[in-house]
Amino acid sequence: MRPRLLIKRLLFLVLVIWAASTIVFFIPRLSSRNALRERFAELARTGGFSSTDMEKIIASMQKQFGLDQPLLQQYWQYLNNLVHLDFGVSLYKYPATVTELIAQALPWSISLLLVTTILSFVIGNLLGAIAAWPRSPRWMRGIATPFVLLTGVPPVIMGVLLLFFIGFRLKLLPLGGSYSVGLIPDWSWPFFLDLMAHQILPALALIFGSVGGWVLSMRGMGITIQGEDYVNFAEHKGLTPGRIFRDYYLRNTLLPQVTGLALALGTVVTSAIIVEGLFALPGIGSLINVAIRANDFPTIYGIVIFITIAVAVLMAILEFVYPLIDPRVKNE
Amino acid sequence: MTTVAMSPQQAIEQPNGLVLLLRYLRRNKGLAVGLAIFLALVLFTVIGSFTVDLKHAYPLSVGLKKPPSWQYPFGTDFFGRDLLAAMVVGLWQTAVIGILAGGLGTLIGVILGFIAAYFGGFADATIRTVCQILTPIPVLLIQVVIASSLDKRDVTIFTMAFIVVLLAWMGPTLVIRSQVLTMKERQFVSVAKLSGVSDFGIIFKEILPNLLPFIAAAFVSQVFLAVFAAFYLAVLGLGPLREPLLGNIIWAATGQGAFFNGWWWWPIEPSIGMILILGSLALINMGLDELANPRVRRTE
Repeated sequence: MRPRLLIKRLLFLVLVIWAASTIVFFIPRLSSRNALRERFAELARTGGFSSTDMEKIIASMQKQFGLDQPLLQQYWQYLNNLVHLDFGVSLYKYPATVTELIAQALPWSISLLLVTTILSFVIGNLLGAIAAWPRSPRWMRGIATPFVLLTGVPPVIMGVLLLFFIGFRLKLLPLGGSYSVGLIPDWSWPFFLDLMAHQILPALALIFGSVGGWVLSMRGMGITIQGEDYVNFAEHKGLTPGRIFRDYYLRNTLLPQVTGLALALGTVVTSAIIVEGLFALPGIGSLINVAIRANDFPTIYGIVIFITIAVAVLMAILEFVYPLIDPRVKNE
Repeated sequence: MTTVAMSPQQAIEQPNGLVLLLRYLRRNKGLAVGLAIFLALVLFTVIGSFTVDLKHAYPLSVGLKKPPSWQYPFGTDFFGRDLLAAMVVGLWQTAVIGILAGGLGTLIGVILGFIAAYFGGFADATIRTVCQILTPIPVLLIQVVIASSLDKRDVTIFTMAFIVVLLAWMGPTLVIRSQVLTMKERQFVSVAKLSGVSDFGIIFKEILPNLLPFIAAAFVSQVFLAVFAAFYLAVLGLGPLREPLLGNIIWAATGQGAFFNGWWWWPIEPSIGMILILGSLALINMGLDELANPRVRRTE
């Protein structure tokens, strides 16, 4: 990629992250809610200490969080902290930092997201391509139709339905949590299998919830590509159908789909978060669920900024990878 | 030469609008099914709001945790809400959020898209850049920030709609902008310009009427996105907690471990309602795309 383009793209990336973090900084400050006061009011209700003490504690905490300084200075400090990936301290799990909490939850979310995104992308594109391919047998073409009907169903609702039919009615798989109650985490086979069994339903919910979109767009793309001259030419050259399907058909339809994946990343990640919350898996989703219930504002904002940065960076990476799969876009 | 007897010119039958609409719907099956589901949902809330006691949609109005029966066809939940009444009110409120947020988002999009495309230059560059910067940000998460920094008592279905619309106008803006750009170069616009029609005259009399199918399609997809976003916020527990929005019911059900306790009807009913809403909107959206975009329009 030409250096100028690279610099332009990186500048855009920084701009996106800056815009998101500025919104996240200023919106809460426009509101009348005081996170510290609410948190301590709740502690005072449950723990019981006098209100004069509370004012003192709040004042000292505000100083500690730097909330007594002028707004612009706070903003500067905040941006400075973001560069060091410092999202502040959690109110609910004080003195743990938000970065620590995210780091603990992240491996769970990444493994779930990676597996489901790749699987739904591959399955969806294959099914879509087969559905549009004129030589595929009739029953295989029909197989895509039910998946198209799934496009309108969000993954969370898919999760509720799967919980009902597979978890509740058939009792085949557990109803939630990361491992069965009473099991002690260790490196043994039974524990590992139990862990995996708890991951199947959330994974299926995410796959079923997003596969329809890929089928639909791939089928549309496949239909438009059929009349192209190079496909006709390849057929007249006498290439085997398998070769045409793989090298002429799939290869050309896949390119726009990768762009589509980059654009869909934000939705994919947010869906995964909500599904994790539904199944009470120990990932980012449960973290943000607990934070919302407990009014733990630094954690909510930290997670939001972290995910925004992650999505923006992933999008940029996909864009940089694009020339590798599309030889027409030259990396000079 | 013999004259060929010509049969008297038969009056060409001009079918009325309704027949044409029905004929079109027969071809565009997706649109037909979508509209049918949508009408069924509308009938459900309208009839329901006259026959069901809507006070029962709120906590502690009926017996707790009753499975579906003749008295309560949809059952009741842990907080003593009749789920039939809750669904009637919830569907209604979802519609309000969707139409309000979708309409506002489309309106903002149309205005900004017109300004950008018609006047070009600095305005276009600014609007386009802002859209490009905001688009990659996962909008829902920013909405989570906005919704969570509001006081819980301030959250109503109207604030939900405004939260959703704050970051959901970029899509229609870009769509309308590109459509106006192509339309601006058409001959009828040039003719109007040469005959001295004012800018506003061209916008409202020449371009806008031709854009209506696109605006309608953008509106439906905005409603879809708004309903989706409001649902996600509610599932996260950021909706108006007292109101029986479908997402709120699911949030409450999962919070109380409905499946663990065997109250299966509690989360399932709002889920099915949501599938019907989103499914019908998606089908209508696809059908309208076909209507607005003649290139993919099916012939009889």
